[in-house]
Amino acid sequence: MKQSIQNVSRLLHKRQMRVSDTVQSVPPSGIRRFFDLANELEDVISLGVGEPDFVTPWHIRESCIHALEQGHTSYTSNQGLPELREEIADTFLRDHSLHYDPNEEILITTGVSEGIDLAMRAILNRGEEVIISEPCYVSYTPTVIFAGGVPVTVATGIENDFKVTAERIEDAVTEKTRAIMINYPNNPTGATMEKKDLEEIADVATEYDLIVISDEIYDKLTYDGKHTCFSSLNGMIANTVLFNGFSKSHAMTGLRVGYALGSSDIIGAMTKIHQYTMLCAPITSQIAAIDALRNGRAEMERMVREYDRRRHLIISGFNKIGIDCFWGKGAFYAFPSIAGTGMTADEFAERLMLEKRVAVVPGNVFGDCGSGFLRCSYAASRDDIKEALLRIGEFVESI
Amino acid sequence: MDLAQNILEIIENDPKIDISEIAALTGRSDEEIRDCVCQLEGDGTIRKYKTIIDWDKVNNGFVYAIIEIKVSLERETGYNVVADRISKFPEVRSVRLISGDHDVSLTVRGKSMKQVAFFVAEKIATLPQVQSTATHFVLKTYKEDGVILHETEHTERLPIVA
Repeated sequence: MKQSIQNVSRLLHKRQMRVSDTVQSVPPSGIRRFFDLANELEDVISLGVGEPDFVTPWHIRESCIHALEQGHTSYTSNQGLPELREEIADTFLRDHSLHYDPNEEILITTGVSEGIDLAMRAILNRGEEVIISEPCYVSYTPTVIFAGGVPVTVATGIENDFKVTAERIEDAVTEKTRAIMINYPNNPTGATMEKKDLEEIADVATEYDLIVISDEIYDKLTYDGKHTCFSSLNGMIANTVLFNGFSKSHAMTGLRVGYALGSSDIIGAMTKIHQYTMLCAPITSQIAAIDALRNGRAEMERMVREYDRRRHLIISGFNKIGIDCFWGKGAFYAFPSIAGTGMTADEFAERLMLEKRVAVVPGNVFGDCGSGFLRCSYAASRDDIKEALLRIGEFVESI
Repeated sequence: MDLAQNILEIIENDPKIDISEIAALTGRSDEEIRDCVCQLEGDGTIRKYKTIIDWDKVNNGFVYAIIEIKVSLERETGYNVVADRISKFPEVRSVRLISGDHDVSLTVRGKSMKQVAFFVAEKIATLPQVQSTATHFVLKTYKEDGVILHETEHTERLPIVA
């Protein structure tokens, strides 16, 4: 029987009502459209990927195989394997002189993304605000909304090397502000922060009694200068929830293992949510993470040296073909400006994909202040980077 | 990272790379790279630019054997004398002093098993310092100088990920 238009629209309305208002209020990721487009085309060179092109080092994969052979396929404690937590505590003591109690102040998560979700749900009451510096990783804002909070974004720009300033953060503070979310080295810009800049942010956090959520997943990928761990700043260890993991430094994205470090009240609250929702991170991945920390430094350093070479290749390559590119000092992203072409980032990325088969991500996906920029990952082979630059050069000539 | 170390790591894996590309990868000028490579060549840090070939893929390729040798030392001469002597044969591709049951290990290359066997019997076993030899023919090479020759690994990544 033919359904009337009225019936169809009623049905659609009913369908919509099945999804919560909160979820409906979050727009779909801007990346999705480009992902679908890239999937339809062949021979696409991708600079659109936020993960290493290296395969996980063999010794780490070997430890996974060994763990499976030994029959380690059970749950672990909710907080994660004690050996892994102890190894992380030792690492932070050695590298940053920071004391974290492996029993109460460390939680192993299924990647940093889960950890950030837990943190937001653990600290936010309905309507409380989180100040997020943009451009930023696509999950931060939705995660705050899903947790019932309100994201308040603070723009950064090329004029300040995409560093967020204490002044901008302070301007955004209201009586509802609960936390500040930062991510340096930064995805998507590759920006890093100096210790003195971070100290100014720490001062603001202390003055207004705010929690700092610091996603430092790219810390090992710092090429010029030295990374400063936010928790290591004076007095900040108790007020910082620090996130890190193995995806970027040890090329372990698909293994999904990360960790959160913080004071026992917040880590305890996060563990409570984690135990009811995730239970624990996969045991194979946790065993792999122990091996990564114990034996992974040489392979990690080898990958970092190669990223640094590619960073020079891609950034100088963009500047040579007349596209201004900011010299990011960390992560594995170049963030060139295409403002001079007269196109929006969306238009540029779409035409580049269709006409030249090169996939990049338009900067506006990471926040409005990313408009006019492209995120180009250099976690791609040198040959791919060279070919992509050649095609982008031809494309720019043709417009 | 130290420039020389960086250059060595780059060319170890890609000796055909252009000077200008090394310059792009390291953020230095062509001139600086050329000077540094010249110095590394001059002081013998860079010994030779080599190619790794999977000879199994070539008809009429080569036969390789690992030869382990026991050496008797004379009062005045050490291992270096016999090792230097063996190293001069072009058939011998590598010579190493080793620990264990034998003293010296060689890699020998020839056109056929017969040629390698005769070379060992006539040229190596007959040297006055050589007490005995053990010949192991290479049946298949899986990895050479850090390069896996029969790579089966293939990973696919999504084209766009945040």
